[in-house]
Amino acid sequence: MAEAIERFVPDGATVALGTALEPLIPFAAGHEIIRQSRRDLELVGPISDALFDQLIGAGCVRRVTAAWVGNVSEGLGHCYSRATEDGVPRSIEVHDHSNFSISLALWAAAWNVPSLPTLTLLGSDILRTNPGLAAGDGVVHVAAVKPDVAIVHVQRADEHGRAHAWGPLGITEEAGLAAGRVIVSCEELVDPSVTLSDPNRILFPETKVVAVVPEPGGAHPSPVQGHFKRDHAFYRDYAERSRTQEGFESWMREWVLDLPDRESYVQKIDLDAIRIKGQRPSVPANFADE
Amino acid sequence: MSDSYTPQELMVAVASREIRDGDLVFVGMRLPILAYAVARNSHAPAARGLFEVGLMRDQPASGFLGTMGDPPNVTGALWATRMSNAMALMAQGEVDLGFIGGAEVDRFGNLNTSYVGDPGRPSVKLPGSGGGADIAILSRRWVTLMSHEKRRLVDRVSFVTSPGYGDGSPGWRKRNGLLGGGPVAIITTLAVLRFPEGGGEAYLETVHPGHSVDEVRERTGWDLMVAPHVIETSAPTDAELAAIRRFDPEGFWTVTKG
Repeated sequence: MAEAIERFVPDGATVALGTALEPLIPFAAGHEIIRQSRRDLELVGPISDALFDQLIGAGCVRRVTAAWVGNVSEGLGHCYSRATEDGVPRSIEVHDHSNFSISLALWAAAWNVPSLPTLTLLGSDILRTNPGLAAGDGVVHVAAVKPDVAIVHVQRADEHGRAHAWGPLGITEEAGLAAGRVIVSCEELVDPSVTLSDPNRILFPETKVVAVVPEPGGAHPSPVQGHFKRDHAFYRDYAERSRTQEGFESWMREWVLDLPDRESYVQKIDLDAIRIKGQRPSVPANFADE
Repeated sequence: MSDSYTPQELMVAVASREIRDGDLVFVGMRLPILAYAVARNSHAPAARGLFEVGLMRDQPASGFLGTMGDPPNVTGALWATRMSNAMALMAQGEVDLGFIGGAEVDRFGNLNTSYVGDPGRPSVKLPGSGGGADIAILSRRWVTLMSHEKRRLVDRVSFVTSPGYGDGSPGWRKRNGLLGGGPVAIITTLAVLRFPEGGGEAYLETVHPGHSVDEVRERTGWDLMVAPHVIETSAPTDAELAAIRRFDPEGFWTVTKG
């Protein structure tokens, strides 16, 4: 992971993260970005659950282009509040979207057009604060948002970048197609025979994927269907401790800065308490051709 | 009737009654997740739930949900997909009812979940739209739930994240090209405020047990119109409470903390 972030997420990059909304959030990658002290990033996402708040609190972010920033089960993102209201640790720019419009902005980039028209956001003041949104001819034109890199966490992937995810996908597909590059972290690194057995489930063309990082537990505390439940208590603890900048910094030292890598983080949590132990496999599809 | 319930449990029960049988409901987060479960288990067995994360269901999740993307909401889903597919149904006018959480609402049902004060230098930055603006603009009708406080129920919001009836003038939504019908009710911790058919200004319809019309008007940030015959909000039934407590066994959403 350290190498992937080092090579593909430079200072100033536009980075799409948390594209599946509450599940499959690439916390391991986000924490590595913080450890490497990246600066001036633009974060792109829909509803972002705590990871954006952490990156903002760590001073990595110049601009947020998103529909919602906070802590989904707890409410406000305290670092986001401090940055936007008090400029602590630095002021940030916000390009507001709705969930629908950020999806359209990424589809526009994916299809290589300047904008896409929609009926959503008519009558909303979001049109006033985001220069990429403009009403005209009875529709809203949503300007393309093109991430330099999209980072996703999935259940399984092979070494060639073929990623399988299941459950709701949010805006993951358009983020990957729009992005210049995709970094994949996964619960399981599998043989290509597994991913290619179900090509419908592959999220992106392998030509987009520049790094595949096996990172079991890499989405904690967000849920991973078939692997881990959401760790609600962990989100609550983060919300409590991040109420003050000092509390946030102590949380950040404990869970990110004083740890060399994700493996040490995973050792600190009780993974068994949130591990999904059941089996509920889908029925295989027959891909035979004769 | 049970005489022991929390304000949140009453809000969930009231919200569930807004769901009609056969509705496609854009569920959203927090209390509405429980409202869908209660309705589906009582008067609306054919109601389907749509979740912007990319899910459709025809039965409540069997386990507790902290978010709509939690694993129990995926298991047994009718459809697991991308967000833009769920939004496609709403853009076609196929969503009958949506729920939106709000930080601030005004007399015309406009919601602010973005900025208090100048957006360039806000005194408070709220989390943002999420799917709220999409629901407000595109769903056929919608309901918002919030704590009844003077600072939340304001005369006019300073920033319209999710439009209701705009400036309240007749035909405002149509004139501005908004597809859906607009808000039908504001469910608060004290009362239910209803909008007239065709939109306009909210009026006090029912007051929750233990509260008075005067108290509600006092805690509302504008001169609230009152229905000719305000009645008491029906308390949650035993069946509604049982359903709520089954889907929120530890009171994560329905018991006020601290």
